Amino acid sequence: MRFDWLYRESGRIAELFLWHLGLSVIPVVIGLLLALPLGWLAQRAGFFRSTLLGAAGLLYTIPSLALFVLLPLVLGTRILDPMNVVVALTVYALALLVRTVSDGLESVPPDVIQAANAMGYRRLPRLFVVELPLAVPVIAAGLRVAVVSNVSIVSVAALIGTPQLGLLFTQGLQLRFLTPIIAGIVLCVLLAALLDGLVLFAAKRMTPWQPGGAER
Amino acid sequence: MIAWFSDPTHWTGSDGVFALVIQHLIYSGVALFFACLIGLPIGLYVGHTGRGVVLIAGLANALRSLPSLGLIVLLVILFGPVFASDMAFIVPSIIVLVLLAVPPIMSGTYAGVAAVDPAAVDAARGMGKRPLDILFDVELPCALPLIFSGLRSATLQIISTATIAAYVSLGGLGRLIIDGRAQNDYYQMAAGAVLVGALALLVDLAIGILSRLTVSPGLTRRL
Amino acid sequence: MITFDTVSKHYRGQTVAVDKLSLTAPTGKLTIFVGPSGCGKTTSLRMVNRLIAPSSGRILLDGEPTDTMDVAVLRRKIGYVIQNAGLFPHRTVVQNIATTARLNGTPKDQALRIAHDLLERVGLSSAFANRYPWQLSGGQQQRVGVARALASDPKFMLMDEPFSAVDPVVRGQLQDEFLRLQRDIGKTIIMVTHDIDEALKLGDQVVVLRTGGTLAQVATPQELLARPADDFVADFIGRDRGYRVLGFAEFAKGGVPLGAEPTATLGATPETLRQIATDRWVLVTDPLNRPLGWADVDSLKGPLRDGDLNLSGTLAVEGSSLRHVLDAVLSSPSGRGVIVGQSGELMGTVTLSHVAEAIEAARTGRLGTQP
Repeated sequence: MRFDWLYRESGRIAELFLWHLGLSVIPVVIGLLLALPLGWLAQRAGFFRSTLLGAAGLLYTIPSLALFVLLPLVLGTRILDPMNVVVALTVYALALLVRTVSDGLESVPPDVIQAANAMGYRRLPRLFVVELPLAVPVIAAGLRVAVVSNVSIVSVAALIGTPQLGLLFTQGLQLRFLTPIIAGIVLCVLLAALLDGLVLFAAKRMTPWQPGGAER
Repeated sequence: MIAWFSDPTHWTGSDGVFALVIQHLIYSGVALFFACLIGLPIGLYVGHTGRGVVLIAGLANALRSLPSLGLIVLLVILFGPVFASDMAFIVPSIIVLVLLAVPPIMSGTYAGVAAVDPAAVDAARGMGKRPLDILFDVELPCALPLIFSGLRSATLQIISTATIAAYVSLGGLGRLIIDGRAQNDYYQMAAGAVLVGALALLVDLAIGILSRLTVSPGLTRRL
Repeated sequence: MITFDTVSKHYRGQTVAVDKLSLTAPTGKLTIFVGPSGCGKTTSLRMVNRLIAPSSGRILLDGEPTDTMDVAVLRRKIGYVIQNAGLFPHRTVVQNIATTARLNGTPKDQALRIAHDLLERVGLSSAFANRYPWQLSGGQQQRVGVARALASDPKFMLMDEPFSAVDPVVRGQLQDEFLRLQRDIGKTIIMVTHDIDEALKLGDQVVVLRTGGTLAQVATPQELLARPADDFVADFIGRDRGYRVLGFAEFAKGGVPLGAEPTATLGATPETLRQIATDRWVLVTDPLNRPLGWADVDSLKGPLRDGDLNLSGTLAVEGSSLRHVLDAVLSSPSGRGVIVGQSGELMGTVTLSHVAEAIEAARTGRLGTQP
């Protein structure tokens, strides 16, 4: 480890870290916002379910590097445009979370839904007041997986040149120099742990009724 | 891109598509083999005995957060000088592929065995089946659906990461993307991406068929 | 014969599950362990096939100590039936049943033949043979579970709450069928239940255990009802003991005179009914002389129709217990209890006073045997 190198480069590393943070978080947030209505559709049996879950499974199958390369064809962007990475990671997050949201809504005990109906809740208020809050533990578990794997996948985008911590890896290999590589790995793991903890904390705050919080 | 695909010289030869697909499959197959060799017994053991659940859950989480690209690069620099010739990047790449594939196989196997109806296991014990018979006649077949789902994520992870490993000179379809990038040949990159995507889908399909053939209809509830 | 010889089981932390249990489950009989939760009944059962190891004491099968046997060999000698059947979800019904026969070394073809035969024995049609457990109801799964235990034709059987996971109607059917089956096969059985009614209905011998795993009483169901050993047993058996004991007194043929009952059929006019009636009520039968219900002559307007019948009366089959006969009398709107033959044909009616005499006779008979 060359700490003097780290010190000299700290400004650039911080910048890369912020890029990495943004590229990891924004897609998950967009993915979640899209997954909520889609997961709700998928949870209700029938055509939507098979189509949505099938499409999600298919999208999740495509290797990340391939998606990064192919998106410019679809979006009409340049290959270096960070937008490709954002969209690709949104696709992954969405594919994962649609299933999670649908599973989460499914995990709500039917008795509770019946009781809510019997009290006279209409469908939408019931969704927001009863079903979604009870689905939080399952959704949070999926969200943690999405966030953590996103942090890892973002670094792959270094191969097409998008700025984030992955550049430390490519730079390290070119220079045959371990310091940036180790720094990159450590920062990636730290970022993943930080975001994971954040989701865990938020989920615990949202589910005071759970014996162990969101940890299942 | 169609022009790229219709050029016969892109298909044959030592760096043609066919050769690259074979390479990709070989590296992935070797990695999957070793990952199963490690993940299956551990998953079976933990599921059967209930010992070490926290350990493998923590391990799976930790490994998921490791950036695969960083890991490959790190190992190539560390181990590269130890090995001669191509092994300098093949061995580190395969190690990383195995490392990433073990957790899903291990967790899937563990979850599958742990989810087997305790009454069925109790009945098997009560009728006089010996422990290994219980494991292979009851627990393993009942765990197959979840084992296959673990195998599926592991395989996709391997194919995806093997593509990335082209960056450290590993053969396979990733070559088209990495070399295309170096030569500023977007069509070659896109062709590589399409091929990798297709390969992943086909392998996923193959595993799906394999699971359909081996999992008892009593478990899938398919008539 | 299964013998418990001062068997104890205690766990670390000093909780005693079973405390010096000594008893014998006689050959060819159904012995039932019953008691509140925490009385160690399931633990005792599972010590027989060593799914749980006793802390001290010995269990013997036909005089042979089990602790020195190879554990798998021991278990293969003993049929084992559990609450939720525990069928193997990945195997078909016949494959499930054949498992125990295969474990005992029966060739595959023969094991499958045995399985097919047993399917019928436990009351399932051969259409079920190649289905998977998930396609069966709980009651059907339980029948398969029993068949699986029988496939190796074991001398001994252990049954852990075999009928408690199904609804009361199905439970009743399964119990009746199982009693019939046991009459044929005469296995040496220990069954665990928390349901005292099930114990009294099925058991040749009932073992009552109390919390802490000590023996409270071993007796036949009749003795248990007539002479509970202490307050705990009396409490556990519950109320209606006097009434329930009638369930074990057979309504002897000729012991009570059957009254001839005039009958009418559907379509009869109010006039005809009034002519044959001895009071307000006339028993209505079908063309095969099977009772359908009672008609109230006073409220009848026009020819007798289905809807006019009062269906409240229960029927007592000839030779059934005094409990059923008494119930037939008490539930009948006319006050006369209807007795039918095995195929449901009318034999006659009895009155409350006649039944009371029969009960009295049974009681003195029973008391007469007391020392």
